[in-house]
Amino acid sequence: MSVPPVKRPGLLELFLAFAGVAVVAFGGALPWSRRLIVERRRWMTAEEFNETFSFAQFLPGANMINFSVVFGTRFGGAAGAAVALLGLIGPPLVIICVVALLYARYGNLQTLGHILSGIAAAAAGLLIAMTAKMAVPLFKRGEYVGPIIAALVFVAVGPFSLPLQWVLIVLAPLSVAIAWVRR
Amino acid sequence: MNSNPLGSLAVHFALLSLFAIGGANAAIPEMHRIAVEIERWMTERQFTDAFALAQVSPGPNVIIVTLIGYHVAGLAGALVATAAMTGPTCVFAYVMTRLWDRFKDAPWRAAVQTGLVPVSIGLIAASAYVISGAAVHTWLAGAVTVATAALTFFTRLNPLWLFTAAALAGLTGYV
Repeated sequence: MSVPPVKRPGLLELFLAFAGVAVVAFGGALPWSRRLIVERRRWMTAEEFNETFSFAQFLPGANMINFSVVFGTRFGGAAGAAVALLGLIGPPLVIICVVALLYARYGNLQTLGHILSGIAAAAAGLLIAMTAKMAVPLFKRGEYVGPIIAALVFVAVGPFSLPLQWVLIVLAPLSVAIAWVRR
Repeated sequence: MNSNPLGSLAVHFALLSLFAIGGANAAIPEMHRIAVEIERWMTERQFTDAFALAQVSPGPNVIIVTLIGYHVAGLAGALVATAAMTGPTCVFAYVMTRLWDRFKDAPWRAAVQTGLVPVSIGLIAASAYVISGAAVHTWLAGAVTVATAALTFFTRLNPLWLFTAAALAGLTGYV
């Protein structure tokens, strides 16, 4: 059951929220953003999050960067977009430069490599769980078209590694057309 | 190497970003082509290392662009590459959000949204598949991945605990 959003974040809150996500976002920012926005702060329902992420994903550019702009725009206009973006990109930019320096000096240490392998395995697990959570709203009310489309895209792009643009050119319009007919 | 590396970084990444539908990970092959084959900024090994570092470093996946920029021209390169990769598309995203929300109640907008959501989820599932394939080479790594997925799905545990445990498991050298 989804709970309706109760609060709207202010600019400072928006900046801190995205900066907070960014500094812990191992394995990409999507799982951590969803956890914050849907599960903890309840700024969006699971469905709203899916729609907003999907819109951001179909715009050119990096998904989560676009997501921060779309989310920021909706909650605080141009200023909201700017602070959300700065929060998401600023801290990681500093961290990655430090990492680059450290790596240049200690990159061959075996221990570091071992720790990173562990973290990479956990990051993969986190992404799998978040995919499952995002897929839950697709299965409401005995719906079957959404799950089938999602499965087709997954199989084509994942195991079969077909070119992304061809998969999107075929399946995205098809999916929208079906949604239009069944509206 | 080009005499004006900052200029080439800006042009390459701004162009790349405008054609990057499906996110930064989908653009990795093109980044590889630019950085290793066309401009010869990096060796194959350096690119692979940059990709791995960007994966394990916190933040959005696009941060690999910052690393490439850093490698080419230090801090200035890092800033220019990141700004080029995110600036133009962010302006576009802002304008599109404003336009899109103007049609909030249009029936076609609802259909487009309903239609695109499952495609998006399929894409995320595919990237979870690819990333798992790259991360899991041993049975212990598989166990870490499965345990993290299950605990994140069924509990509200902070994933940072799981990452700490995974880093410790990694220390054994069997992951």
